[in-house]
Amino acid sequence: MTAFEQTVAEPTRRDPRRVRRLEPAALGGVMMRDVVLFRRYWKATTFSSIVQPTIYLLAFGLGFGSLVKTVGHVKYAEFVATGVVATAVLFSSAFPGMFNTFIRWKFQRTYDALLAAPVDVEELVTAEIIWISVRAGVYGMAPLVVGFFFGLKPTAGMLLVPFIGFVTGFGFAAFGVLIAAVAKTIDNFNYITSAVLTPMFLVAGTFFPISSLPPVLHTIAKFNPLYHCVALVRDVSLAIYDSADLVHAAVLVGFGVAMWRLAVWRMQAGLID
Amino acid sequence: MVKRFGQITAVDGLDLVVPHGVCFGLLGPNGAGKSTTMRMLTAQTLADEGTLEVLGYSLPRESKQARMAMGVVPQLDNLDVELTTRQILDVFAHLYRVPRAERPDAVERALDIANLRPRADTIVRDLSGGMRRRLLVARGLIHRPQMVLLDEPTVGLDPQVRQELWSLIDGLRAAGVTVLMSTHYIEEAERLADTVAVMSAGKIIAQGTPSQLVSSHAGSEVLEVYGPPAELAQLEALATERGWPYRRSGPAVALLEAERLNGEAPEGVRRPANLEDAFVALTGQEIE
Repeated sequence: MTAFEQTVAEPTRRDPRRVRRLEPAALGGVMMRDVVLFRRYWKATTFSSIVQPTIYLLAFGLGFGSLVKTVGHVKYAEFVATGVVATAVLFSSAFPGMFNTFIRWKFQRTYDALLAAPVDVEELVTAEIIWISVRAGVYGMAPLVVGFFFGLKPTAGMLLVPFIGFVTGFGFAAFGVLIAAVAKTIDNFNYITSAVLTPMFLVAGTFFPISSLPPVLHTIAKFNPLYHCVALVRDVSLAIYDSADLVHAAVLVGFGVAMWRLAVWRMQAGLID
Repeated sequence: MVKRFGQITAVDGLDLVVPHGVCFGLLGPNGAGKSTTMRMLTAQTLADEGTLEVLGYSLPRESKQARMAMGVVPQLDNLDVELTTRQILDVFAHLYRVPRAERPDAVERALDIANLRPRADTIVRDLSGGMRRRLLVARGLIHRPQMVLLDEPTVGLDPQVRQELWSLIDGLRAAGVTVLMSTHYIEEAERLADTVAVMSAGKIIAQGTPSQLVSSHAGSEVLEVYGPPAELAQLEALATERGWPYRRSGPAVALLEAERLNGEAPEGVRRPANLEDAFVALTGQEIE
């Protein structure tokens, strides 16, 4: 039998199976592609995702660490190591969300190919965001591992950090996809990087407590999702739990859900004429 | 169906039924609305007016079910250039819900269809243009679709690769797969399509087998009259006056339905009418 004869179509019939939203097969198919690509480029991706926050950690931990010994009751090295987790998560989620999405959509036309298969925009966007978030959750552990060499003590609570990184990464990956959906050119990302992401990680309580900020910035910082990631990671890592951690977690989940729906909405408008 | 993009109406009252098991050609010049029509069939473009049913599924509501039973070969190369041939086929076997146990066989079959087995583990960016086009076809066939959409399948390819793809499409047709193919190559439509719909300005302006279209719109014979521009201009004026259908064909005026001219026919070269004659008669436009 030839390959063509094996291709003979069966008679037209309706598929009795109801198609659900967010089908695992569609999500898995899109992520499978991401995994195959990751296996090829994991070294470069991992290097850039780990090295940058590690440099911050070294610079602030060693630099300021010689001037500032503690923040409250927390050693400065521990303060920064736990704080930089959020930076690692931000960098490994928002940037791939923006750049990968834009390149695959506008330059490589990958999304056109995927949407011609039985995948809808919601599944496509969700799968991309989940994959980036998984990576962000894993890469978020890197500063803690580096921190161990600077005296950070391992705790059971640190096992929650990848999950916090995943939830935070989900929100920022979705934010990146949203920006890619509305950006006219890839150069527009410079505005977001300079005007949104950089200030965001500087006023997140990563390197100094937000309580030391002027009152206006202090209030603004509380609306910064990255601050809630920093606070939650620090609390679980250093075992200083309090009821505010529930608020931090709720903010991160809310931010993730809101960004996800906005990203799906704008990508739907961009990908479907 | 109607589809507008701002002030432009890309598809303007298109009404089309594609029978099961035929190769159906949408023939038209660039900008006729063919690609928009193709995208509407995958719900990547939504119609502003009208209803659309594909393989018994109502679009866009049931577009996902329809896409499960349909293969798509796009006009523009949208392959993942960083994956290998086999990896691309594997990803799409997954996306098209080919059961896990059947995926290896599906990938091997697709490699055979595209004659790409020796390049199965080559990264796509290292494949030639023809190989990439064949891979696009194989990707669209990985799940044994009931229907295949081919959007300008051979555009921009050299003649040898075009012949290879024609053989591939011929094989699909012979295997009973419904093929809906858009093209602006008349020879391609004539050679491959059982039925051709001529599209112009978003509308179907004629439809039939290639021979029906030729006989209905260009007759059985064409008389090509060669001469200096002034003589040709006189002949065009005469043809207009007498109501003879004609078209300018390079350095000649081609009088259509020449079998009806009898004794009035000027000196010239008679040849059988073809689909290009019918197409120009219908649209007033020359295409490749």
